[in-house]
Amino acid sequence: MKKVQFDSRLTPYILLLPQLAIVAIFFLWPAAEAVRSSFYLEDPFGFGSTFVGLDNFKDVFADSNYGRVVRFTGVFTFCVTFFSLAIALVLAVKADKVIHGSSAYKTLLMWVYAVAPPVAGLIGIFLFDQHVGPIVKMFKALGWDMRIGVNYNDTGFAMVVVAVWKQIPVNFIFLLSGLQGISKSVQEAAAIDCPSGFRRFWTVTFPLLAPTGFFLLIINITYALFDTFGVIDVLLKTQPGDDPITLVYKVYQDGFRGNDLGGSSAQSVILMVVVFVLTVIQFRLIERRVHYN
Amino acid sequence: MNRLKVGDHLILIAGVLFMVTPVVLAFLTSTHDNIEIFRTGLQFDFGNEFVSTYERVLTKAGGFTKEVNGFVMLKNSLILGIGFAVGKIVISMLAAYAIVYFRFPLATLCFWVIFCTLLLPLEVRILPSYEIVQKLGLVNTYTGLIVPLIASATGTFYFRQFFKSVPDELLEAARIDGAGPWKFFIDILVPLSKTMIAAIFIIMFVYGWNQYLWPTLITTDEGFFTLVRGIKQILQVWIGAQIPAYNDAMALAILAMLPPVIVVIVFQSWFIKGLVESDK
Repeated sequence: MKKVQFDSRLTPYILLLPQLAIVAIFFLWPAAEAVRSSFYLEDPFGFGSTFVGLDNFKDVFADSNYGRVVRFTGVFTFCVTFFSLAIALVLAVKADKVIHGSSAYKTLLMWVYAVAPPVAGLIGIFLFDQHVGPIVKMFKALGWDMRIGVNYNDTGFAMVVVAVWKQIPVNFIFLLSGLQGISKSVQEAAAIDCPSGFRRFWTVTFPLLAPTGFFLLIINITYALFDTFGVIDVLLKTQPGDDPITLVYKVYQDGFRGNDLGGSSAQSVILMVVVFVLTVIQFRLIERRVHYN
Repeated sequence: MNRLKVGDHLILIAGVLFMVTPVVLAFLTSTHDNIEIFRTGLQFDFGNEFVSTYERVLTKAGGFTKEVNGFVMLKNSLILGIGFAVGKIVISMLAAYAIVYFRFPLATLCFWVIFCTLLLPLEVRILPSYEIVQKLGLVNTYTGLIVPLIASATGTFYFRQFFKSVPDELLEAARIDGAGPWKFFIDILVPLSKTMIAAIFIIMFVYGWNQYLWPTLITTDEGFFTLVRGIKQILQVWIGAQIPAYNDAMALAILAMLPPVIVVIVFQSWFIKGLVESDK
């Protein structure tokens, strides 16, 4: 905080009032409501609710379908995080090296940041379309008959591809700025000691990028868990019953389509715990980065 | 050495193709006739249906009520994007100013209440949020669409970081000259934050424009649909159709991405600065 501060009595509260009001009404209230209703069984027709303790949670964990969704979410999150980070890292390293056309490359590689996930999903639908999709035709030539929206694994594959495509720019921007932040003297010293560029990358550059990398890891996990909703919603065609969906999609599906308020809330609370843990890790990383710099 | 450079460029070009091709294909295909697309697949050249397709998507009323067209959705997207960005910047600047520049008893509590919103994204508390907005009678209003999205404190966090980096001497000097809190804020702090405001505006505009789940729930009246929200509607009409309107759907996808993409490309340096320095 500042050493010099204003001392007026009322002004800070007036300044904070709009933000606090919005937080109270649209954040604290719904969050409390989610926790509360996770312990209640609500009548789907709106005739009151009964306290059922932890039953909603037990039901969620006993549901074999939930296990399937957890597994898919895990695989999906891993694939999206891994591939989008790996591809972005290769591109950032190369973009950092080239001299000619580097700003053109930068622009062309980052603009997809602005494309909304469902719009990316819509384009994905065309590329993976049964009749006109070039990707489906390409894989057909290789002997893989893709059926997006019908076959569980094929749909999951398409979701991963679209989600990775959409996430590469963010990783690219952060990794490139991380690379450009590495001091030239360190790089030159390394170049003298170690002629092999490949080894130099893994022993000098990569460890120096680690703080950015950890930070991006959390960002990517959060993205794969929450922000991919639009991609998934658009790519699912038929009954979502046995389609690949993530945990967040299931909260939405059970709450709004299935009218299972208690179950949906219990799942929300489980996700809250996951996000809480991720955010705590993220904050600690940010603090550490500040110390380094 | 030279061979290495060629290799670098080849990898970068492959990356660029991977990022750009899907959108270029979508655009080229949207300029072709529907039946042609159905017969021969995605198109790789510029067709002659460009004007008619985009005119149809923008002006022809669609949906169930025949009230919504591309222009209406474009207008709603702009209201959401700009309204969200402006609202968030104003509210979070005021809050961050109070937190950084004032000494008052409940400061720590207010700080934690605001920052705990960073813990839970809207998606996690979507159902109760919807119920509350419904109780307040805000379904199918711009207020209900925009204000709940502002609840997350990302903006406040950015401005707090920025204000903390402003030298203390400025405030000392201003106080010696007799400036009160409002005068200091408006005459000194806001002009100092211009670049920061611009950067956050871009990030927030893109974020607001690209919202999907919340508008899907809150706007059931087609007059309030945004472009991104309209995509699901297109798909639903599509599933029943014999020959899907590929060209219209792709034109809509292009329209939905055009404004945020232009903003990000034109204000690239501000955008990258804001994104990287604020650490989300």
